Amino acid sequence: MSAAAAPKLEFSQGDRVHVKDMTPANHHRTPWYIKGRRGVVLEFIGMYVNSETRAHGDSGMPELPMYRVEFEQTHLWFDYPESQSDKLWIDLYEHWLERDE
Amino acid sequence: MSEDKDRGGFFDTGWRPSGDVHRDEDGRPHDHPGVREDVGLGVRASRALAMHELLVEKGVIGEGEVDEVIEAVSKRVPSNGATLVAKAWSDPEFRTKLLEHPKETVIESGFVPEHNADIIVLENTPEVQHMVVCTLCSCYPTQLLGPPPDWYKSFSYRSRAVTEPRAVMSEFGLELDEKTEVRVVDSNSELRFLVIPRRPDGTDGWSEEQLATLVNRNSMIGVSAATEPGTD
Amino acid sequence: MPAVHDRGGWPTDDSIDREEHEWADWERQTQSFRTVLDSKGFMNVDELRRGIESIDPAEYETSTYFERWSASIETMLVEKGVLTIKEIDDRAKALRDRWGYPS
Repeated sequence: MSAAAAPKLEFSQGDRVHVKDMTPANHHRTPWYIKGRRGVVLEFIGMYVNSETRAHGDSGMPELPMYRVEFEQTHLWFDYPESQSDKLWIDLYEHWLERDE
Repeated sequence: MSEDKDRGGFFDTGWRPSGDVHRDEDGRPHDHPGVREDVGLGVRASRALAMHELLVEKGVIGEGEVDEVIEAVSKRVPSNGATLVAKAWSDPEFRTKLLEHPKETVIESGFVPEHNADIIVLENTPEVQHMVVCTLCSCYPTQLLGPPPDWYKSFSYRSRAVTEPRAVMSEFGLELDEKTEVRVVDSNSELRFLVIPRRPDGTDGWSEEQLATLVNRNSMIGVSAATEPGTD
Repeated sequence: MPAVHDRGGWPTDDSIDREEHEWADWERQTQSFRTVLDSKGFMNVDELRRGIESIDPAEYETSTYFERWSASIETMLVEKGVLTIKEIDDRAKALRDRWGYPS
């Protein structure tokens, strides 16, 4: 994470978002089970190197905004067998998120 | 040698590279070379060693360079993380600092995060239990916890941790209250997560050194509780 | 169908095997070899992951952790023209002739 000031951020705490349902050919770290799923932004956690381009020999610059997003387990898994209040947290780059109205 | 269900491949545990030194379980070199020729080399093992040899011969990497890194890697052990947790349990000011400025605090404590990854510290309480997984590969705070255990890298943990975390914790001996909220944290490549387990009851007045003995590795991943005093 | 490395939520009844295998020397060596290659700019950790993700799914399923690293390191070094497959083939064969083949 860099100490550099963040540019204009697309999302803020409490925003309802969904994860883009896409599978680009390049390396990416958005697991299949959250693609297309709805969650809530917990916080902006900082600017991070872009691992998607860095995996292809690039410097990974510029850094990108990353957010911690919370998902309800009952929304992710059909018939989730455990407690209905359980959550899943994952940190995602801004370009994977879309605002839910 | 043990068989892991997720490992179909061959492990040549007895083989020692030529001219290399024998190492004990923690990766520390012994002074006697040992070679077992009855075990043989798997395909991928032989190719890894071939690439290393070739690059040393070409002068691309120095002869002792890899051994130096092996030596450094052997200093990454779970007691690093346990020291931080025990201090957080004992010192409220340090706890706040560790939670609010984790990377800086970890570096100040003498640990350098691998790949310059960010560090996030999550605290387990009676209300909330964090449990860390990396479903895509094996992201893990190795500088604080040592190399990830085989089970952390296994297909069964990577698949089940997100769908039935309580069943997984139960396998590790932790039965959670239904009211405790479980937060499964699926690791990102740029961040590493350290969990502070709940401090066990009956440890009032314990020194940091004593407390650190209760902070087992699995409790810092969030699949287990800290060790109860008097058990081992 | 998710990619072979994208394991979250895959159906399985397997319990979690907590037994640790004893590390072979080549595994320690491969782990640290990757770090040295990184320090020289030959492959970063994201490239390591990309290389692992490009392993043939059947091999991914059956290989061990550091066997996957070995495959990925090879992909990167060949891709960047640092080594050729022929060189690696020949040297690997020589090593196996010397140290034996697993039975």
